[in-house]
Amino acid sequence: MNEGRKEIFQIAIVLVSIVFLVKLFFIQVLDSRYAELADSNAILPQVEYPFRGLISDRNGKLIVYNTPEFKLEVLLKDVKKFDSAKFCRIFNISQQELKKKFVEMKLRKEYSYYKPTLFMNQLSITDFAKIQDFLDEFPGFYVQARTTRAYSTKALANALGYVSEISKTRLDNDETKIYRQGDYIGQSGIESFYEEQLRGKRGVRFKLRNVKGIIKGSFKDGDYDTLSVPGQNLVTGIDLDLQQYGEFLMNGLAGSIAAIEPSSGEILALVSGPSYDPALLSGREYSSNFRLISSDTNKPLFNRPLMAQYRPGSIFKIAQAMTALQEGVIIPETRIRCDRSIIDCHGAHSNEDLRGAITNSCNPYFRDVLRRMLNKGVINDPYKDTRIGLAEWDKHIMSFGFGKPLGIDLPNEKNGNIPTPEYYDRAYNNRPWKFSNIYSIAIGEGENLVVPLQMANFAATVANRGFYYTPHIVKTIGKEGKPLPKYSERHYTTIDSANFLIAIDAMQNVVESGTGLRAKLKNIIVCGKTGTVQNDPLPSHGVFIAFAPRDNPKIAISVYVEDNGQGGRAAASIASLMIEKYLLGHTERPNIESYVLAGKFLDAVKH
Amino acid sequence: MKREDNISGSLDWPTIGLYMALVLLGWINIYAVVYDEGVHQPIFSLSINSGRQLLFIIASLVIIMGIVILDMRFYETFAYVLYGVIVVLLIMVPLIGKEVGGNKAWLGIGSFGVQPSEFAKFVVALAVAKYAGSVGFKIDNLRSQAVLFGIIGLPMLLILAQKDTGTALVFTAFVLVFFREGMSPFLMVVGICAAAVFILTLLVPKIYLHVTIIVSLALLIGFGKKKIRRFLVLGIGAMVIMGMVESVDYVITDVLKPHQQNRVKALINPDADPLGYGWNVTQSKIAIGSGGFAGKGFLKGTQTKFDFVPEQSTDFIFCTIGEEHGWLGSLIVVALFVTLLLRIIFLAERQKNRFTRVYAYSVASIFFFHFAVNIGMTIGLFPVIGIPLPFFSYGGSSLWGFTVLLFILLKLDAHRGQMLQRS
Repeated sequence: MNEGRKEIFQIAIVLVSIVFLVKLFFIQVLDSRYAELADSNAILPQVEYPFRGLISDRNGKLIVYNTPEFKLEVLLKDVKKFDSAKFCRIFNISQQELKKKFVEMKLRKEYSYYKPTLFMNQLSITDFAKIQDFLDEFPGFYVQARTTRAYSTKALANALGYVSEISKTRLDNDETKIYRQGDYIGQSGIESFYEEQLRGKRGVRFKLRNVKGIIKGSFKDGDYDTLSVPGQNLVTGIDLDLQQYGEFLMNGLAGSIAAIEPSSGEILALVSGPSYDPALLSGREYSSNFRLISSDTNKPLFNRPLMAQYRPGSIFKIAQAMTALQEGVIIPETRIRCDRSIIDCHGAHSNEDLRGAITNSCNPYFRDVLRRMLNKGVINDPYKDTRIGLAEWDKHIMSFGFGKPLGIDLPNEKNGNIPTPEYYDRAYNNRPWKFSNIYSIAIGEGENLVVPLQMANFAATVANRGFYYTPHIVKTIGKEGKPLPKYSERHYTTIDSANFLIAIDAMQNVVESGTGLRAKLKNIIVCGKTGTVQNDPLPSHGVFIAFAPRDNPKIAISVYVEDNGQGGRAAASIASLMIEKYLLGHTERPNIESYVLAGKFLDAVKH
Repeated sequence: MKREDNISGSLDWPTIGLYMALVLLGWINIYAVVYDEGVHQPIFSLSINSGRQLLFIIASLVIIMGIVILDMRFYETFAYVLYGVIVVLLIMVPLIGKEVGGNKAWLGIGSFGVQPSEFAKFVVALAVAKYAGSVGFKIDNLRSQAVLFGIIGLPMLLILAQKDTGTALVFTAFVLVFFREGMSPFLMVVGICAAAVFILTLLVPKIYLHVTIIVSLALLIGFGKKKIRRFLVLGIGAMVIMGMVESVDYVITDVLKPHQQNRVKALINPDADPLGYGWNVTQSKIAIGSGGFAGKGFLKGTQTKFDFVPEQSTDFIFCTIGEEHGWLGSLIVVALFVTLLLRIIFLAERQKNRFTRVYAYSVASIFFFHFAVNIGMTIGLFPVIGIPLPFFSYGGSSLWGFTVLLFILLKLDAHRGQMLQRS
């Protein structure tokens, strides 16, 4: 009875097992999709933000460092229904903002249901402490730790620059694909120029998490993790004490100080007045603070040492003198009568030689010197003759680094302007021009424009007796301890070294017995030159360039003070105080310091 | 007493070996599920499932000794009494039972709870065997068939009343026993056809099924014997099938409960709602599928350990095997079960006595049903029905139920020479 039914039973058992094993073979061995899904279930990639490089001063004092900051990311695939009222209360946002954030997030280019997306940014450590305990009530929301910038000083803001989140346009145009929404990027100053060195490299850690998103350990003991690589540290040439002293002296004044070490081109101080506290542009208050600072009518974001193009005034006479000596149109003993009928002058002098003319800043003398240079009589036509002379003059003047960006390692450096024949062709609409039209450039007025950094570089060039290193703010990058290669290159002027010595003598005289008396120091020979730039109807701008000591100079400086009269007053005082501070560590002339801090540089009656 | 002295010698040791292997593997796998790298509890720790499962295993050994010591005549003699007791218990469960996981299937004594439905399996098997072995039983007799279906139907309905559909469905496995004992396969064929049509209706638009049915009908009428009676039968058959097709929606939406509807839907298309009703199946397949050929290694599974798979210690224990031991591990487990099932059939076939043989086939059928449905659901071949994988799933009641089921058979088999031949 029932033959074969036992076998049917047995076959059924074996058949079912074979079906199972075949199906198992399909999903386990042939189909890799399940393994991937398992990974996306259990493996959470966590971005590890690199430390941005630190910035310190020449003596190793930290200027810019990192401070922890947190951002909230959301992984939509993990988000479950949550109590939005509680969420809004904890994160201090409104229901509408919450909705808007979700909408905005989905519009972003890199948005993905399966990848963490930025939700809220720049939470401070106090914010984080507040929300930390509630995070597990909101699955899919993760806190990412990273760092933002902090500053040990209120000084140097414009040179340092700031970091902020990368803008949408910048992100869209980013060919390197290094940045992601919400990443920090250097926006100006050192932060922007050295972005590549400072930013470091992001790392990824793969974490195992359970179904609730709670981290249970690292994946494969971290074998697949990549560590973040910190950015390179930068050592600047800045002397932080000197910088802070400079900002202290410039408090309430508009203008700039640029100080350079002549033997290296390293910038010792770079003061822009007025300035702002760099900490204001870091962290969550960035946006509101930036609006305030950028709309300030005093333009605290305008980096004057690099961007303000001023007429140089009489300091330009030093360059004129050396150019004329080089061209052979005068010798040091050449005397020229102080004829004040064409151009005004100041002080009691009448028939000075070159040194005397520099010491007394004699305008008619240098007008005639320029005439001799521009009108050498190579051609009878005075127009063409001036043209040839001006081209030669340009070559010499520009060899001091005027008229074009020097190439400092900071963004937005301006050209200045040294007028060329082509420039005047344009200015005169191709109508003819000759010496009598353009002679005001002889005394640093007219069409000459120079930025304060170029003035300081000029002082350094004179101090070096004929060459300069391109001024630069960063002296070593990372562990290799070298600046960018272009900063160890000497740039020679077209002027012979001997001619510099004459200029140096004259500059010593300026300080010891001329217009720059306020810059005189007891034991240090300071060589300087004042300038006073017309600024009608406002009071003149005062300018002073100097270097010291005369032999083996350690510091070259330019000080430009807007709207406060003669260069021999505010500018010369500040420059000499800076020299004292740098060389001695303190001032031995408290009276000069109080004079500067009092800020009364103008005569009561007449400017 | 003399007979019992060599009882151990006549027990079927290959089956015992298979039993031991399965129980041991099950225990280790339960440890793998609860293992937490951070905490490092030992497998024996009573604060985790594996420690408690060890207690259940030790208790099973005591139960086995009891079964072996007890006189073999007890089981046949008291089959109906036990049946009566279990029916009473099943009636009591909804009244005084406690609810665990949505099913009110537990009877609690203090903190200790048992599921009478797990023990109902062997009791019903004994009752079925006793009735089938009784004088005057004829499998083709309509009355005998009615009694048999009554015996399995009553506990089934009581368990359904506890909303434990999975366990209730286990009793349909007895149809296999009846088939083996000579019942016409008509019932099984109809049942399988009905299930096939049901599933097809969910997969294929109804209109195709109707067309197929009408075309087959036309072919059968065209090519077969031309007899009125045959036409009538075919016509009615076709109408019934078409009616079934039309009624599937009604069955799905009105007869099945929402969670059961979802399980059927998840089987058809688990990707439709992977986070909702498809979650169990999707996660279970991910866990098993990610195991690859050789698995991720013992205690290295991420999906089961990190709670992605629900009920991973109990109904979805096979996920852990698939994930940590891969296709090879799955092969070994499947092979062990197949060997056990074939061995039970071998034991059944060597019985001279109908009671024991019917009981043996009942054991084989119940194990086969659990094996097929449990693994089938974890790999997406069967709707999610909450029944355990014998010896692997965590839980005392289920382990003891299966142990008793198997060892009564071994006890009866050991004494097969003494049993009266009645078939």
